[in-house]
Amino acid sequence: MKLLEYEAKELFNKFSIPIPKGNIVTDPESAKKFAEGLAKPVVIKAQIPIGGRGKAGGIQFADTPSQAYSLTQQMLNQKIRELSVNKILIEEKILIKKEIYLGITVDRNSKSYVILTSSSGGMDIEEIAVKQPEKIVKKIIEPILGLRSYHAIYIAKHLGYSSKKMIDLASIILKLYKVAFETDAELAEINPLVETEEGFIATDARLNVDNNSLYRHKDLEERLFESYEGELTQREIEARKMDLVYVELDGDIGIIGNGAGLTMATLDTVMLNGGKPGNFLDLGGGANPDRISKAIEFVLMDEHIKSLFVNVLGGITRCDDTAKGIVNAQKKLGINKPIVVRMMGTNEEEGKKILSDAGINSYDTMEAAADRIVKLTEGI
Amino acid sequence: MVKMINNETKVIVQGITGTQGRFHTKLMLEYGTKIVAGSTPGRGGQEVEGVPVYDTVIEAKQAKGGNASIIYVPASGTLDAALEAIEAKLDPIVIITEGIPVRDTIEILAHAKQKEITIIGPNTPGIIKAGESKMGIMPAQIFSPGKIGIISRSGTLFYEVAAHITNVGLGETTCIGIGGDPIVGLDYVSLLKWFQEDSETKGVALIGEIGGDAEERAADFIASGGFTKPISAYIAGRAAIPGKRMGHAGAIISGGTGTAEGKMNALRAAGVYVGLKPIEVAKTLKNVLNL
Repeated sequence: MKLLEYEAKELFNKFSIPIPKGNIVTDPESAKKFAEGLAKPVVIKAQIPIGGRGKAGGIQFADTPSQAYSLTQQMLNQKIRELSVNKILIEEKILIKKEIYLGITVDRNSKSYVILTSSSGGMDIEEIAVKQPEKIVKKIIEPILGLRSYHAIYIAKHLGYSSKKMIDLASIILKLYKVAFETDAELAEINPLVETEEGFIATDARLNVDNNSLYRHKDLEERLFESYEGELTQREIEARKMDLVYVELDGDIGIIGNGAGLTMATLDTVMLNGGKPGNFLDLGGGANPDRISKAIEFVLMDEHIKSLFVNVLGGITRCDDTAKGIVNAQKKLGINKPIVVRMMGTNEEEGKKILSDAGINSYDTMEAAADRIVKLTEGI
Repeated sequence: MVKMINNETKVIVQGITGTQGRFHTKLMLEYGTKIVAGSTPGRGGQEVEGVPVYDTVIEAKQAKGGNASIIYVPASGTLDAALEAIEAKLDPIVIITEGIPVRDTIEILAHAKQKEITIIGPNTPGIIKAGESKMGIMPAQIFSPGKIGIISRSGTLFYEVAAHITNVGLGETTCIGIGGDPIVGLDYVSLLKWFQEDSETKGVALIGEIGGDAEERAADFIASGGFTKPISAYIAGRAAIPGKRMGHAGAIISGGTGTAEGKMNALRAAGVYVGLKPIEVAKTLKNVLNL
């Protein structure tokens, strides 16, 4: 779950990470009032869940309250990369002496959290990694030890700081680790962390929370579907609400499988035969006829989808349940799009009989079924 | 050193009284797995499929002498269950549960590493020694004792390849699902080392998917001469879009890394035959092994 900048900042602030004075506004009048109260230049930032906002016009600077008014009005009326802007974060403009990158993420290979820092802040970390790999200081956090003060001092020192500034920076690094750990972050990032004459301040913030952990972050869980805006398509969000694992693709053959690996392999095999997969839908383990029907209806109702390939390897999922689900969905919808089924495993014979009674083709191998669905779809 | 299973492995089932625990205990017993006890707090004294249930793992181990654990408890209880099994020095520990927060997995693996205990999973179909024992949820009928070891990140795709390997007459030795999460206990390299030493295994099928660089690391290991037996691979996810999770939490192409093409190229460069369809893995092994 990707939090918006202001949500991440609110959390960072709870852990005493310094952030600029700011306010969330939804109308130009409030923006003007905030700028008047501050009596300083401000920055106006669209709260949308995409990177590279600045380049797309989502970050503007205003020297006067009336400028803040007009820029806010303009931003609220425009779309940025097809996303409408409903919330704006207006903040004091910070005078930058230097920018630092600070991020904590999960490292697959060391099986730990890892802290990444760089004296080239403001840039994307992947860009720094390619262009100036020597500028990245990476520290694997030993899970049982955690991140300790002396680790943070070491990192701050390597970024070129000494005395009070080193201690200040180390303290922010420790706080960021605390945020990351306590919120189950997949990524907690301050980019840039700005060095000013007075100290350090987080002018941007990113926090992606592990969806598997949401049961222990109920306040975030409530806003899960909201957070999908911009990250997922409308149909993908609808599917999530139905508890279906679904990815929209740009082809015309609907694909449903059980298990992520098998479903991916099904897409690949269809593509290898010259077909274009229109979606990925993984039923998961042990789907019952209702769930299968629901998934099939969802895919067939998509007007881009011309045909459907269902590939089920029966283990916990039963072939007869799958067959019942397919037949029920077809009856209910009355849509006449071709369906090809491959099923193997638990209760295979019963499943195949149910399908053949309903006039639906079934195959023993994925390869033969993929070939068939591509040929059928070509003719439509 | 990686710890695998055989017909002498004595299994404790954690979460044995739940729906999944009960169902799979029955199937594992039918396959021949020696399940000596189960555990569920508050259910001590009960029985499931004739297997005695204890409140804690330590009691189960003291009474029945188990040496391995399989975990079927819900995600929110898995951290505790796994630490309990680690403290009881059960080895290996198979974590079937899906949806565990990655922070919990990190903690489990750190403690297991200290005690040199093998963790299989989480989010795995488990492990099977064909014809001897299974600790997992895989359908038993597709396996047949033979010559090939299987390592897979996925579940049903693992079954697909296993069925082909059985159908061409090669059969299997030890087959392991390493799990679909970004962080899992076992990687390809440690398993390839184990298969290199396992005299029963004559060849290996490696089934990978998009995300991370575990397959590339396996390729490096093979290229460096660490694994010399016949090996054939399949990588799922050529049709995937960067930035989208394809079902598994770990199956995502990010920042240009973790693509199927990249993995296939790395494996091919290491001399591994990479099939374009799952069925080609079995066919290739059959031809290479000349059986």
